Amino acid sequence: MAFDVSTEQAGDIAVITLSGELDANAAGSFRSAVEEAAAAGPKRVVLVMDKLQFMASAGLRVLVFAKQKMGTSVDLFVVGARDAVLETIEMTGFHHSVIMMDEYDASEIENY
Amino acid sequence: MQRVDVFPTHEHQEYKLRPGKPFPFGATLAPGGVNFSVYSSHATSCSLVLFEKGAPEPKAEIPFPDEFRIGNVYSMIVFDLDIEAIEYGFRLDGPWDPQEGHRFDKSKILMDPYAKAIGGRDVWGQPPDWDNVYQHRARLVYDDFDWDDDRPLEIPLEDLVIYEMHVRSFTKHESSGVRFPGVFAGIREKIPYLKELGVNCIELLPIYEFDEFEHSREDPKTGRQLVGNYWGYSTLGFFAPKAGYAATGKLGMQVDEFKALVKELHRNGIEVFLDVVFNHTAEGNEHGPYISLKGIDNKTYYMLTPEGYYFNFSGTGNTLNCNNPVVRNMVLDCLRYWASEYHIDGFRFDLASILGRDPWGAPLSNPPLLESLAFDPVLAKCKLIAEAWDAGGLYQVGSFPAYGRWAEWNGKYRDSIRKFLKGDIGMVGEMAQRLQASPDLYATRGATASINFITAHDGFTLNDLVSYNEKHNEANGEDNRDGTNDNDSWNCGWEGPTDDPGINALRMRQMKNAMTMLLISQGVPMILMGDEMGRTQFGNNNTYCHDNELNWQDWALLEQNAELFRYVKTMLAFRHAHHALRNRWHLTGTDTVGSGYADITWHGTQAWNADWSGTSRILAFMLCGKHAHGGQREDNYIYVAMNMHWDSHWFELPGLSEGMQWHAAANTGAPPPEDIWQPGEEPLLENQAGILVGDRSVVVLVGK
Repeated sequence: MAFDVSTEQAGDIAVITLSGELDANAAGSFRSAVEEAAAAGPKRVVLVMDKLQFMASAGLRVLVFAKQKMGTSVDLFVVGARDAVLETIEMTGFHHSVIMMDEYDASEIENY
Repeated sequence: MQRVDVFPTHEHQEYKLRPGKPFPFGATLAPGGVNFSVYSSHATSCSLVLFEKGAPEPKAEIPFPDEFRIGNVYSMIVFDLDIEAIEYGFRLDGPWDPQEGHRFDKSKILMDPYAKAIGGRDVWGQPPDWDNVYQHRARLVYDDFDWDDDRPLEIPLEDLVIYEMHVRSFTKHESSGVRFPGVFAGIREKIPYLKELGVNCIELLPIYEFDEFEHSREDPKTGRQLVGNYWGYSTLGFFAPKAGYAATGKLGMQVDEFKALVKELHRNGIEVFLDVVFNHTAEGNEHGPYISLKGIDNKTYYMLTPEGYYFNFSGTGNTLNCNNPVVRNMVLDCLRYWASEYHIDGFRFDLASILGRDPWGAPLSNPPLLESLAFDPVLAKCKLIAEAWDAGGLYQVGSFPAYGRWAEWNGKYRDSIRKFLKGDIGMVGEMAQRLQASPDLYATRGATASINFITAHDGFTLNDLVSYNEKHNEANGEDNRDGTNDNDSWNCGWEGPTDDPGINALRMRQMKNAMTMLLISQGVPMILMGDEMGRTQFGNNNTYCHDNELNWQDWALLEQNAELFRYVKTMLAFRHAHHALRNRWHLTGTDTVGSGYADITWHGTQAWNADWSGTSRILAFMLCGKHAHGGQREDNYIYVAMNMHWDSHWFELPGLSEGMQWHAAANTGAPPPEDIWQPGEEPLLENQAGILVGDRSVVVLVGK
């Protein structure tokens, strides 16, 4: 399935929704979305991944980029990662660097 | 404004190029492209070979233009490469003149010696395509890992307890219960276990990319497949973590997975040492494969005989030419890379004596490589540990060129403790040295020069040391000829497993005795993976070729041998609780702080009167707590009585200063739970004048 990414800004929360397969070809548009979101200076960034089916090394690179681009004062949430994607995140230990959530919980994100 | 130095100046087909930077060697990400740099002293030409990941044939070959070579270094920036999608190699032309040491073969595609990730063996044990023209493929990596505030822990060497382990063996057995068995992520899941045990350093058997299929063969008797290189002591590339040791190797994320492990271990106060193999490579001798160095610059990288054959000081076919300045720099670059990019805390050098030989094989009195490592600014806080011997007959335990930095695997510690443990006579004098971190070997180097171990991956496990008189290596397919015969082991009355409760009780006691001696010795203790729960290799003392239960840790033993595990972890807690056991410098046998006691005093069945005679199997000593760390730290007094005789003996206790009394910390002759007490909860000894030490038992007391 083709990769798609969309970004929504709600106050100081940026929500980036990913779907399809995040491979080397798709990583560029994901990266652009992260840069765009970062430019708005959000306090929290939420990556919604429940429709993401696969993530290659290039995708992980963008996650690592997102974490470092936002800086330590911005909380990065990964929401709804499933199966293969979740496993990849856990195998590489990236879940230690972000806040993992099963489902989008607006109040928890807002009050974190 | 765009930087001018990122403009291409040359073109080859659709590739845009620019002269590269000679340093650093290898492939380095540059603005807009990748800088490739490779050295060869005798090549006549060189090309960069590019592949789509996994493709059987190259997609491009870009010759380095003549003007891109400076000295003997070919360097080139190639622009607009998709970092994630390519693999690269080099093709070099040059003389074929083995007698002169040259073996150039332009039909071969060669791996970059500085490859930071290597494809081709991405999943452990998955049979490769042997017809592939480029078996081990250099890949590009990003250095973008998020370390937060992590860095190497710099725990003082004297405070370490090292746990020697194999990445795959530790969690591959289904009993491990981890989600990701046999890989870095699996170790990460077991961090709580390592903390419970109480070790604060893991030393990993080689994790540089290797080929588990190297020397694979069938056992001629059983037809069983033997893995020639299970332990990994045969390196393909010095800069790349083994992909097959990562659950994410198939996705090319092994770098991230290993860094995540190091970071998480550090967060839990555990250092990471790597067992590094710089004495030889996987290219074998003249019959071995072309992988990298052999085709790039054979004469530089390998020690060659005057006739152009390979010296074999490693016992594996070739010998890396470590004191050639170019090779020396590669080793330095490599270790700096692991220390800075992976936050590695220390290195253990396999067959390190080879690193002290000159290019013709003669031992050097002032080996430049060892000196460079000792004084390197990046490695300044790394622990450096030598396996101070090689397969060419050089044995340097006690005499390894140390430059005030190097510690050693103390092979004599292992041998002395084993002999004393099984009741050999004539050992008490040597034991006194070993228990004090071998001042006879390391007089000027201090206690931390001695890495104390009784067992290691090479040889019997602790359980087997007390269960077998002889090695049982039939499963290795060499009619039990391989593996050492000098085991100094004792089976306690029956060869192998038995139902005899008396023998099993004695074995349990002997394992506790061994662990006690190890953990109350001055110096740095090293425990072999699984010995804390009685891991067995069924008498096999050379399991380098088994990817099965001969090596895999069976975690069910944790329950079966709960008594041993409880004892070992409590003894570890005892060590961590007492500075008197962890001195940086050697004890002196004198009172240097005015406590009225020497820092160490020797005793026997009579206090103050050790039996040093040739028939003695008994030794006791007392550490004065006021001397801990040269008197800088206050500690309890510690008394240890070791009775390796087959009868019990009454030990008269040395008197303590006014107001202090002896308390029982451990007694391997007592049934659990009274065999050991949590630090701080030691019961007062009823009789302060003496104690009965059972046959083949060790008693530890604290005076407070």
